[in-house]
Amino acid sequence: MHVVVCVKQVPDSREIRIDPVTNTLIREGVPSIVNVFDLHGVEEAVRIKEQFPGTRVTVVSMGPKSAVAALRECISLGADEAVLVSDRAFAGADTLATSYVLSEAIRKVADQWGPVDLVICGKQTLDGDTGQVGPGIATRLKLEQLTYVERIRQIDPEARRITVERHLEDGVEVVETALPALVTVVEGINQVRRASMPGMLRAVRYEPITWTVDDFPEIDRTRIGLKGSPTVVGKAWVPEPVSRAGETLTGQDGEEGPGTPAEVARQLFDRLLATELPAQIGWAVAPVPAGDGGAGTPDGSPVNGGVA
Amino acid sequence: MAKGKAQEVQVPTDHEGVLIIVEQHGGQAKSVSWQLLGQGRRIADKLGTRLMALVMGHQVEEVAQEAIAYGADVVYLADDPVLEQYRTQPYAHTAVEVIREAKPEICLVGATYTGRDLAGAIATLVETGLTADCTQIDVEPPPSRLLLASRPAMGEKLMATILCKQRRPQMATARPGVFEALPKDPSRQGELVRVPVTIREEEIAARVLEFIRDPNRVNLEDAPVIVAGGMGMGGPEGFEMLRELARLLGGEVGATRPAVDAGWIDRAHQIGQTGQTVRPKLYIACGISGAVQHVVGMEGSQVIVAINQDPDAPIFQVADYRIVGDVHQIVPALIEEARRRALVGEEAVARG
Repeated sequence: MHVVVCVKQVPDSREIRIDPVTNTLIREGVPSIVNVFDLHGVEEAVRIKEQFPGTRVTVVSMGPKSAVAALRECISLGADEAVLVSDRAFAGADTLATSYVLSEAIRKVADQWGPVDLVICGKQTLDGDTGQVGPGIATRLKLEQLTYVERIRQIDPEARRITVERHLEDGVEVVETALPALVTVVEGINQVRRASMPGMLRAVRYEPITWTVDDFPEIDRTRIGLKGSPTVVGKAWVPEPVSRAGETLTGQDGEEGPGTPAEVARQLFDRLLATELPAQIGWAVAPVPAGDGGAGTPDGSPVNGGVA
Repeated sequence: MAKGKAQEVQVPTDHEGVLIIVEQHGGQAKSVSWQLLGQGRRIADKLGTRLMALVMGHQVEEVAQEAIAYGADVVYLADDPVLEQYRTQPYAHTAVEVIREAKPEICLVGATYTGRDLAGAIATLVETGLTADCTQIDVEPPPSRLLLASRPAMGEKLMATILCKQRRPQMATARPGVFEALPKDPSRQGELVRVPVTIREEEIAARVLEFIRDPNRVNLEDAPVIVAGGMGMGGPEGFEMLRELARLLGGEVGATRPAVDAGWIDRAHQIGQTGQTVRPKLYIACGISGAVQHVVGMEGSQVIVAINQDPDAPIFQVADYRIVGDVHQIVPALIEEARRRALVGEEAVARG
């Protein structure tokens, strides 16, 4: 088996803050990490290797030179070889251009180290958050596409079949298909183990293979980088909620002072039941039991106020 | 072999209209599809063009009729046994054939697992721009007619508008729960176009072996009432109260990210930029301070009730009804009152 894992070095989005004064992003000091879903991909590839000795795990990344650190981390986790595709010409790529370059890189990996049986990607990246590069690569390389995989049930290298469990909104879908395939993995697929001592030692002195645009003589230069990217970012802004002119419920209609929780609760239900909510939700509005302390008149409460 | 000079791509002017790809499973359409038809109707009207829908499946003509009732002018219906269950290859193949034939300028897909799987394949096959997981969809009026697809970006702390200026269709996936469906109008007239399915079962490698439904998943998207809790609930026991209140109101339980991170409730309940976007009829925010990351995921709710001890909590700014008080006293009182009012059928007799 030859398994290729696509990884990306990303800024740790949990560390990105907004400057409260200027409303701009504070990028300084934000650490770079391997996209977490990709780490699960590397782990899964290493587990496949443990199951099928002789399996080769090649990690591929497109990014700046500094992504070498991310690739070393993948080596420490047990990957055999790592390739960094890095060139100014590739910069500024959206998902369409990225999946094009990564597919070309995977073709080249196959040329050099043998046919690829399985490509693994994280389900999405932490910075782009699109989940589009995996399907893009699968489509370009005509691989069977299996997204949001939370378990690889079985791989049969002889029959060239793979069975996976896909995580969907309301359950799990079990799909079987042919190899070669591309799988995108969710975080639940495995627990990423710590790097072994030999793995760490190997990673320290490991130099990833670097390919520049010149290593791809056949590549269509109109389809890479910024130029090959159909999407551009227009404006960006910090989201601000629209405020509503609400009513403070004290439980005491028309009077001062806070009421008891029971009075507040009664007042709230009186308000809600006077709106169109019961009809919309399908609440049965029974005759109000004794002890009604309601407002009596339909109030002009600010339903849906201020929302366009 | 590299083409020396970059060829300047012209905006194709022969593409017109808005296409919504409807997602259905077993003849049941996902509500995001009707929400997108609603938003699609709005932008198609703004562009003065037609709204199209694509329904793929097997024996799903009823879904196609529904698409007309929800606002489509034209529905393309690809009805064939190979489309019985969703599989990327036959669905993408069929959708691309329809896109090449219908030539829409905009194509929208629900940002569900299936929708994102499909849209990624389609956009690659037609070599166009695709914006993921949008929470705002608008268009510039003619002549530019540009799709303004906006989505959370940079670790969800910013919103960004993504443009696709030179390729058509302009594609986007849009998040469930964000847009409003039009009222279903069965008397609406529309054109039904049957499209041939040219891919055969022998060409498809994938087999769906089974689907295992998980009863613990929550359907926040379609819940009319959501009772949500934040750090103010104090722990998992607090969420038990909310479950009870939600049950009595016929709703579901939601949560903020910090409450989920604290392990008080499963991530499936998370509402906000990093969780789900919801727009129920009634949203009751309990012990939620109202961080913007949460609020953007629920501010589309029709009526918002907020309960918080801190009178200055930002959640009150988006609330229609504000209750300043301790959730551990107010929520039990609401449960009591909800029981007394017996709003939901089976619970009606719970108390005399």
